[in-house]
Amino acid sequence: MPKIAQPKARPTPVSAADHAAQTLAEKHGNKASELIEILHELQDEIGHVPESTMPILASALNLSRAEVYGVATFYHDFHLKPQGKHVIKICRAEACQSAGGVEVVAALEKLVGAKLGETTKDGKITLEAVYCLGLCPMGPAALVDGKPKAAIKADKVQDLVRELA
Amino acid sequence: MMVKVFIPRDMLSKALGADEVAEAIAAEAAKRKISVQIIRNSARGMAWLEPFVEIETPKGRIGYGGVKVADVASLFEANFLEGGKHDLAQGLVEEILYLKNQERLTFARAGITDPVSLEDYMAHGGYEGLKKALASDGASIVKDVLDSGLRGRGGAGFPTGIKWKTVLDAKAAQKYVCCNADEGDSGTFADRMIMEGDPFLLIEGMTIAGVAAGATEGYIYCRSEYPYAIDALKEAIDVAKAANWLGQNIQGTDKSFELKVRRGAGAYICGEETAMLESIEGRRGMVRAKPPIPALQGLFGQPTIINNVLSFCAVPTIMAKGAKFYQDFGMGRSRGTMPFQLGGNLERGGIVEKAFGITLRELIEDFGGGPYMGKPLRAVQVGGPLGAYLSADQLDLKMDYETFAAVGAMLGHGGIVVFDTTVNMAAQARFAMEFCAIESCGKCTPCRIGSTRGVEVIDKIVAGKDREYNAALLTDLCQTMTDGSLCAMGGLTPGPVMSAFTKFPEDFGLPKPRKMAAE
Repeated sequence: MPKIAQPKARPTPVSAADHAAQTLAEKHGNKASELIEILHELQDEIGHVPESTMPILASALNLSRAEVYGVATFYHDFHLKPQGKHVIKICRAEACQSAGGVEVVAALEKLVGAKLGETTKDGKITLEAVYCLGLCPMGPAALVDGKPKAAIKADKVQDLVRELA
Repeated sequence: MMVKVFIPRDMLSKALGADEVAEAIAAEAAKRKISVQIIRNSARGMAWLEPFVEIETPKGRIGYGGVKVADVASLFEANFLEGGKHDLAQGLVEEILYLKNQERLTFARAGITDPVSLEDYMAHGGYEGLKKALASDGASIVKDVLDSGLRGRGGAGFPTGIKWKTVLDAKAAQKYVCCNADEGDSGTFADRMIMEGDPFLLIEGMTIAGVAAGATEGYIYCRSEYPYAIDALKEAIDVAKAANWLGQNIQGTDKSFELKVRRGAGAYICGEETAMLESIEGRRGMVRAKPPIPALQGLFGQPTIINNVLSFCAVPTIMAKGAKFYQDFGMGRSRGTMPFQLGGNLERGGIVEKAFGITLRELIEDFGGGPYMGKPLRAVQVGGPLGAYLSADQLDLKMDYETFAAVGAMLGHGGIVVFDTTVNMAAQARFAMEFCAIESCGKCTPCRIGSTRGVEVIDKIVAGKDREYNAALLTDLCQTMTDGSLCAMGGLTPGPVMSAFTKFPEDFGLPKPRKMAAE
């Protein structure tokens, strides 16, 4: 009779990301209710949420792997794959649309050479859509590597990219 | 004497270069061997004047608007530290009509104080409300909130006092207070400005709620798109704790209240209160069926007060100045003031806090100055992405929950987004469906599937495929979503879609005027 491989009772951390996940879970008291914050901090540290960390987190928080995967994939903030070196999040919501946001998105996509949700081939820039940054009176707005920008003009999108090395 | 220079730390001010301007002013002052004290204050809410630099003078604060790094040298040349003349000068800040004509209760401290200075907060009326609440009992606090006529500022307009009474009357070992700070509606930013600019106000409001209902733990669920708000809240919570305005035995009483900040993760649906509870508990933001209502079985299954930022922030004023004071503002069943948010295509966007009853026209034209690119106004969306589109002939509507409901629109969170004649309303309707498809939690079918079908049907109408047939189909689909969705996401998405469709049929390639089958 062929032996059926049994999953290990406790997955062993292998990569640096796995260790980080385990440490963060401990830091948050291994509480399942802290999962979202743990994922945030993991992503802040590693840059994304590698799938290899999910069994580690599931075991630490006493959740199923499906539950951890479900949370990590539900929220737009979390990425299972690495993003570009720089991330530009640009607002697509109504207030920015009313101030020329559609043109700004088109101009930026053309300039960068990637669509929203894509990363440039050289891995330098990821473009992402966001829906409202609360900068609505002075739209269109964006976050460039977390730094807020407002009153962006379609013919000046190169200003957003210029400083990104 | 050291001159005080105020430069906002608000996210919008930063987006327009406030940090760089602050550095440049400090550097220029050092170069000229002038001693200045730079205070990073909250923003006034006059967005078009950001970064708005204020100088304290014996006559009062003098403002300089739209300051750029390149202006700094010329400001020093113009002796702006003594209020000197300059092209950017706006005169005495308190005389600026945009501010002078408002009725600021919630935003009373905006622009005046250092957001995380407890001293500043206390010097401007802070914690007067909680002091009264601590000397009172739960039932009388709830009665004051009820008598004030305060209704939920998040959009639904449910009487806050009734919610609080339900939680007060519920029997449980642990009760919670949750603040819904997942301000995802496009065109709204009042929550952000309060959390960044006056975090103690929210903390005080939530503490009063805890004292009133006997809840000892609170959570602020703040969206991750507001990093500066999260930082300000955390800093203010630490300060409040150190001064015993939070924590065990607040100010020597037998009342205790602990407060935590939870960071969202970019899901619009988590602004729906039950999805928010799921998210605070660490799960996917899936909407819960109601009943049970969260007031009875909310966070971790316990009785929970859930209110929007602005609802909590109205309470300290109600406690400090009395229910009647607050109730005297407003019209009909909409009592008090509302910080309306002017966004989109306007000359002068920002926060306009006024009593309910002001007209949309007064807000858009008198305060906002109309569309800024010189084209006439064509449509207005009030109440975020789930709010109906209004046409230019509806501007005389009074800002009041019932008045808006009567025309099939809603006030929502008080966000106003103005579009000029370049707007394509079919594209806006399509976007509303697309947004719903992106942000739906997927729990109920009308929202999950209906939104995707909605995009397809609108595309067909615009492309001219079986227009009459597909128009009827869209109307029917919207009715299904309205009637059959579990929460407001699917239930209200038809609002912007059908209002765009019925008021601007020409944008869909349909004749105007046109009689709708449903009417």
